[in-house]
Amino acid sequence: MAKINLENIRHSYLKRPQGPQDWALQQLDLEWTDGGAYALLGPSGCGKTTLLNIISGLVRPSEGRVLFDGIDLTERPADRRHIAQVFQFPVVYDTMTVWENLAFPLRNRGLAAAEIEQRVQAIAQMLDLTEMLQKRAAGLTADGKQKISLGRGLVRADVNVIMFDEPLTVIDPHLKWQLRSKLKELHQRTRRTMIYVTHDQTEALTFAEQVVVMHEGSVVQVGSPIDLFERPRHTFVGHFIGSPGMNILPCEVGDGGVLFAGQRIDVENRPTVPLNGRRTEIGVRPEFVLLDERGIPVQIIKVSDAGRYRIVEARCGENPIKLLLEEGVAVPAGNAGVRFDPAHTRLYADGQLLE
Amino acid sequence: MTLELRNVVKSVGAETHIHETSLRLARQGFNILLGTTLAGKTTLMQLMAGLEQPTRGEVWFDGKNVTGVPVQKRNVSMVYQQFINYPNLSVFENIASPLRVARMSQAQIKARVQRIAELVRITPMLARRPSELSGGQQQRTALARALVKDADLVLLDEPLANLDFKLREEMRDELPKLFADRNSVVVFATTDPMDALLLGGHTATLRQGRLTQFGPTAEVYHRPADLVSAQVFSNPPINTASASKRGDHIILSDTVKWLAQGAVRELPDRTYVVGIRPHHITPVASGPATTRMAGKVQITELSGSESTIHFEHGPLHWVSQSHGIHAAEVGTTIELHMDVARCMYFGDGGKRVA
Repeated sequence: MAKINLENIRHSYLKRPQGPQDWALQQLDLEWTDGGAYALLGPSGCGKTTLLNIISGLVRPSEGRVLFDGIDLTERPADRRHIAQVFQFPVVYDTMTVWENLAFPLRNRGLAAAEIEQRVQAIAQMLDLTEMLQKRAAGLTADGKQKISLGRGLVRADVNVIMFDEPLTVIDPHLKWQLRSKLKELHQRTRRTMIYVTHDQTEALTFAEQVVVMHEGSVVQVGSPIDLFERPRHTFVGHFIGSPGMNILPCEVGDGGVLFAGQRIDVENRPTVPLNGRRTEIGVRPEFVLLDERGIPVQIIKVSDAGRYRIVEARCGENPIKLLLEEGVAVPAGNAGVRFDPAHTRLYADGQLLE
Repeated sequence: MTLELRNVVKSVGAETHIHETSLRLARQGFNILLGTTLAGKTTLMQLMAGLEQPTRGEVWFDGKNVTGVPVQKRNVSMVYQQFINYPNLSVFENIASPLRVARMSQAQIKARVQRIAELVRITPMLARRPSELSGGQQQRTALARALVKDADLVLLDEPLANLDFKLREEMRDELPKLFADRNSVVVFATTDPMDALLLGGHTATLRQGRLTQFGPTAEVYHRPADLVSAQVFSNPPINTASASKRGDHIILSDTVKWLAQGAVRELPDRTYVVGIRPHHITPVASGPATTRMAGKVQITELSGSESTIHFEHGPLHWVSQSHGIHAAEVGTTIELHMDVARCMYFGDGGKRVA
């Protein structure tokens, strides 16, 4: 296991990058501590796979250094970095048994038979594969195969980091659920460094201790799931994390405070610097928009029953506002009023949280 | 416009892929086929389209028996999970291709393609080839091609499965609007209960080639007819346990019992399967009738908006899901509150009795 540092990393797939748009990865510094559970979260094309490939050694960065425990590995090829990878589609040897699949990396390294047996049994038990060890891998379902891919990474003692690239995409929701919990449990038991790449916020937020959110080649925020939910530092994070995402509403800031739709809005953060001409918005999550007859007048457009809660779509002038209602709470129709919980309403300038 | 399956059965060799199914789909709103992989969703769609012929039974469309009529002679459009595009055509031409086949005017084609491209957010890509697009953009191109013509029957087979989470959320919002003014029967297959809930319309729950329930989506979710329908329509999975009714009480374990209320009071004394969805068993009491239950914490997942606690109670492995942040130390025993008024009771053959 190792601590991983990315120093002044920047990457372009072009020979002579010109403007910022030519860089798949804008300059960044990141530290991944030993034993952490990380998620790398962002939409497709945000640079997360490039970043993953730089860590694994499949891509050599145009600029910067990759350090494992302080040792510069930038030039070291992928097969000599001791990294285990689990991909979107399970990679298993169909003709081998589950036992042989799990033992494969250990046999390759010439471990003694007794040690192989002991390790394979331990991993199989963690993954609930003990009953299936003598079965051929070909007969397993997608989630069973994905467990084997994972098990092959865990069985090795020399692995610096286990990286997952959208590992649950091909798994049905009800099994996704189980496999994700299993992964979290395995991390707690083994304390291996794990980096989980995904576009799915639910997977990222429930698995990781720290989430690295990427957007257009840059890291926009690194934080715990609770930080990202409660205090998004960028409107993109507010929108991308949470379902539905944060309401982002244009506002005016003057001597009278923050004004939205002609009403004064209490916000949690106060601008300490002059905003001269910057685009200002307030961000408030649907969870923190409350119905209040005396509040900002809105029109109710649509109510969707999401099972454990309902999503209400309202409109204030041109601005859509979403709010969540718990099961059993009465839903208004037509005209209604809303207010924003001041402890969870924040002011943004040009997309950045004012701090 | 309606599509009807009348006592349809599909067998391949000795295997029955679809057990006898009757289903009547109207054009108002989406018709969701909800079930796990291999539940029979794709086979049902192929039978609807005429890509496969039923072993027994009939397919009717708009009051006409179309059993045996091949797909080419029906006005059907299909979208698959794995999208297919013409590699040598631009994105614009890929989307326009069904309209060219239909000999629509150039101006009309342009207007239609523009509108659909806007909707699926690929307008800046119209001049490119599919190979120059990201995976998500290629999928949206194929989706746009299927949506651009006015088909009588539109079959969407997990079209959002390979899309980014946020895009999926947006498309879930946009798709029903797109079909609102069309005269098509729309069928949408998915493994994800949230798709069904948010797309609305009607939902059919399927497992292992059997249709277990069909009705308005909210009705099927809130009042499942049997245990399988409840399981298919719950994510996270519904918690279940065997419990016995004895006189006035329901007894789940040595420490968990509650007073039977309403229709449950009338049930005969015996053993039932009790089901409760994870958001009805929470660290903080909610609802008027809660029963306490001790749980040994196995895993907690805190997403900021919701807390998910996996816990053990005797031999049971259950899940609790609640709003906000409820941190619970792994290995400790916590007290949970079960909203027993939300419990479902299943009897013989898994049929819901209360």
